[in-house]
Amino acid sequence: MSHINSYRRKFLGGLAGTAAVATVAPGIFLREVQAKPAEQEVTDKVRWGMLIDTTKLTDGGDACVEACKKEHGWGNDPESNVAQQAQWIRKVKVTEKLTGHTTTLPVMCQHCETAPCVDVCPTGASMKRADGIVQVNKHICIGCRYCMMACPYKARSFVHETLTNQLPDTPRGKGTVESCNMCVNRVDEGKNPACVDAAPQALLFGDLNDPQSKISVALKTYGGTQIRADLGLNTGVRYWGI
Amino acid sequence: MATKAIFSEVKNNGLGYWGILGLLGLVVLGGIWAFSYMHHHGHYVTGMNNQVVWGMPHVFAIFLIVAASGAANIATIGTVFGKTIYQPLGRLSAFLAGSLLVGGLIVLLLDLGSIGHVIEMAKGALNFKSIFAWNMILYSGFIAIIAVYLWTMMDRRKTAKSLYRSVGIANMVWRFLLTMGTGSIFGFLVARQYYDAAILAPLFIVSSYVFGTAIYILVLMASFKMTGRELGDSVLNRLRYTLATFIVLVLFFELTRHLTNLYATEHHGVEAYILSGESKFTSMFWYGQILLGSLIPLFLIWCRFLKNNRTVLVVAASLSIIGGFFQLYVILIGGQSFPLVLFPNAEVSSSFFDGVNNAYSATLAEILLGLGGVALALILVVIGVKIFRLLPETLADINVDPHHK
Repeated sequence: MSHINSYRRKFLGGLAGTAAVATVAPGIFLREVQAKPAEQEVTDKVRWGMLIDTTKLTDGGDACVEACKKEHGWGNDPESNVAQQAQWIRKVKVTEKLTGHTTTLPVMCQHCETAPCVDVCPTGASMKRADGIVQVNKHICIGCRYCMMACPYKARSFVHETLTNQLPDTPRGKGTVESCNMCVNRVDEGKNPACVDAAPQALLFGDLNDPQSKISVALKTYGGTQIRADLGLNTGVRYWGI
Repeated sequence: MATKAIFSEVKNNGLGYWGILGLLGLVVLGGIWAFSYMHHHGHYVTGMNNQVVWGMPHVFAIFLIVAASGAANIATIGTVFGKTIYQPLGRLSAFLAGSLLVGGLIVLLLDLGSIGHVIEMAKGALNFKSIFAWNMILYSGFIAIIAVYLWTMMDRRKTAKSLYRSVGIANMVWRFLLTMGTGSIFGFLVARQYYDAAILAPLFIVSSYVFGTAIYILVLMASFKMTGRELGDSVLNRLRYTLATFIVLVLFFELTRHLTNLYATEHHGVEAYILSGESKFTSMFWYGQILLGSLIPLFLIWCRFLKNNRTVLVVAASLSIIGGFFQLYVILIGGQSFPLVLFPNAEVSSSFFDGVNNAYSATLAEILLGLGGVALALILVVIGVKIFRLLPETLADINVDPHHK
C-alpha cells in the first residue's frame, strides 16, 4: 500500500470512529452520571466536562441556546439594550480568513481548570467547585465586573436591571454577574446539562477524571480542541470540528 | 536665605470660600443623585454593557486614585530626597493625596452592582489572588500612612519629628506598590489584547506623577491666590520642570509599550485600531494624549519666552490633566472596545457582539458620578486647609530658596 493510501485509510477510519462515538455515546452516557445526595460534599474525584462536535450540530447550536434560556430563565431583561442583555450561551460563526471555511459553534463558560475569572474576583464569588464547575456565588458578588474583564471567552453577563420571576434553581439578580454553570442543579441530580439534552447527537457530557467515561475515551482517541488553548487554561469544554 | 516655614489655616470666611464650597457641594449632590439613580434602576441606565463593562466612572476613579499617589510625590521629594524647597509643600501634598484617593474610591464603590455585598468582604470574603483584593488593602493602608505622615509633619513633639523620614519612606514605598497594583488591574488581564503587559504597572507610576503634580500645581496656585499668600517663582519653577520631566517619562513608556506591542503580530490588530484606526480612540490618543496632553505642555514649560509666566503654567498643568484623562480613557474604554480574539486569523460574528468593535458612550449619570468624586476630593481639600495648618504662610522666593539673592 502506498504511503498516501495508508494515510487516507487512517484518516477515514478516524472520521468513522469519531462519528460512531459521537452518535452512540450520548445515549449510553445518560446512565453514567450519578445523582449526588444533597448532604454529600462536592469532590474533586470528578471533573465535569463537555465535548461538542460542531459537525453534528445541524442548527449550529440554536437548540442549545434555547434550552439554556429555558432552563435558567435568562432573556427576560427588556429594559436593557441588546448590548446589555445577558447571554449565557451564544452561537458564534467563525470563518477562517485564508480558506473561507466556516464553522458555527455554541460558546459559553469553558469551565477552565485555572480560571482567570476566579483568580481576579476580589471576594471569591467567582468560584470553581471541586468538580470543575465554574460559577458565581450571587450572595457575595459585589458586581465589580472584574471577572468579565478577565474572561477570555466573553462568557459572562452582568444583570443590568431588576429581574422578576426568576426560576427557583437559578438564582439571578440585578447588579451581579452570571454565566453558564454547566447546569449545576441538574448535574447534582444526576442529569445532563440542558444544552447536552437539547443536542444529544453533538454534545457529550461526563467525568474527565474517569478514564472509562465516554467523554474521556472519545477525547483520548481523537483529542479535543480548546478555544484559546494558547492561554493554557485547560478548559473543561472541548470541541471537534473547529 | 531660606527660613523655616510657618503654616496657618485659611482665615477666609467670605463669599469666595463658601461659594466654592457650595459649588463643589452641588457637584457632589449631582454625584449622589447619579448613584441613587443607577442603584435604583440598575446599570441599564448607563452606557456600560456586557462588552464595555467598565466605563466613565472607572476612568474618573482610576484617574483620581492614580493622581493621589502622584500628588503625594511632592512630599516624598522633600522628605526622602531631602530637597528642602519641597518640604513646606509636604503637608498639602499628603492631604491632597488622601483626598483624591477618597474621591476615587467613592466613585469606584458607588459604581458596584451590588454595593450591599461589600460587607461580606469585611466578614472575610477576600480572595488574595485577586489584585483587586490587594488594592483594597493598599488603598486603605495608604490612607492610614498618609494620616501618620501628616502627623509627623504637623506635630511639634520629638517623637513625631523623629519618625518623619521613616514614615516618608514608608509612604513612598507604599505608593509605589499602590500605583503598580492599580496598573496591574489591567496588566494581569491575559484575555484582552490591549492589556496583559507588565509595562502597564510602571506606566501607571509615571502617569501618576504627571496627574498628581499637575493637580498639585493647580491646587497650590489657586489656594495661594485666594488666600493672598505669596508664591514665588522658585517653587513654581521646580514644580514646572518636575511636571515636564514626568511627561517625558510617560511618553517614553508609551513609546516602549506600543513598540513592543507592534513587534508581536498578535497585537497588530489592536494597535492599528488605537493608533491608526477610524475610531474616536485614535484622535483621543494622538490629539488628546500626545499633542494636547504632552507636547503642548512640554513646549509651554520649556519655551524660554514663557518662563515665569503663571497663566501658561496653569494652561500646561490643565492640559496635562486633560491628556491624562484621555490616556486613561483610551486604555480603559479603547482596550475594551476592541473585540476579544477567540479565533485568530478568522472572522467571527454572533448575537453577543463577537468580532465587532464595541461602542460606548457615557450617560449623564456616569459623568455626574465621576465629577462627584472629583468634587468630593476638592471639598475635602477646601475644608482641610481651613481646619488644619496645611498651607505655608508664604512661599516667597526669599523664604524657600537658599540660593535666592
